Amino acid sequence: MDLQSTYHNDMNIITVGEARIDAAAAIRFKDRMRDVTSQGPAHIVLDLSNVTFVDSSGLGAIVAAMKQLSGERRLDLAGLTPDVAKVFRLTRMDTVFVIHDDIIALKARATG
Amino acid sequence: MTLEGTLTDFTLTATASELAVRDTLLAVRSRLSERGVCEDTCGSVELVMAEALNNIVEHAYATDQERDFLLKVSIKPDRLCLHLCDGGAPLPGLCLPQGNLPDHTGPRDDLPEGGFGWFLIRDLTERVAYERRDGMNHLTLEFLREAP
Repeated sequence: MDLQSTYHNDMNIITVGEARIDAAAAIRFKDRMRDVTSQGPAHIVLDLSNVTFVDSSGLGAIVAAMKQLSGERRLDLAGLTPDVAKVFRLTRMDTVFVIHDDIIALKARATG
Repeated sequence: MTLEGTLTDFTLTATASELAVRDTLLAVRSRLSERGVCEDTCGSVELVMAEALNNIVEHAYATDQERDFLLKVSIKPDRLCLHLCDGGAPLPGLCLPQGNLPDHTGPRDDLPEGGFGWFLIRDLTERVAYERRDGMNHLTLEFLREAP
């Protein structure tokens, strides 16, 4: 699972480089998330702008990635494409995560 | 994976696996898109198919050697009809699960990591029906198309 972690001042922005977080990818996603969130800033933003499809297994893996964070670490989401936003809206998981519309503006703010 | 039929009525057969599910979803979505089904409906169909096919891979065929499934798709002017057939274990109690939305209001450690599948299938379809016949599971999924 291609996850790129970059630090922008106080934020760990993790960009998913693959188009699908589905049943075939869920376990690798969760394991890789543990690797890239174990160090660095406590404020973590998962950039999903390259992701066009998340099924319930993928959704569960994103929730699991948030639950496995230690202590005061928090996970936000950014860049939800239409089908991905629909899954979060229908399952009400859009009320559990802070969701940022624009990852570029977020990076600029973090850097500036 | 084999695909037979016309552009609006076709049958797809494959051996159930997580990667075959991906191939099936991409093949069906591209056909729906080509036939003018709107992106929002395509997204709903793809998600519902993913949940139904994942159920076959993970539950119906959890222990079986024989693992083929068959998907019939019929694109009508006002609706989309999908019929999914597999020879795996029946649904518990021979009926469709209720598909209630898992509780998302508790503390972080109690948030649900699964149990969304049947909720999404029921929420996004116009009609869903299940039948166990001749040792096979038959799942019918219907979607309304947007007004032209």
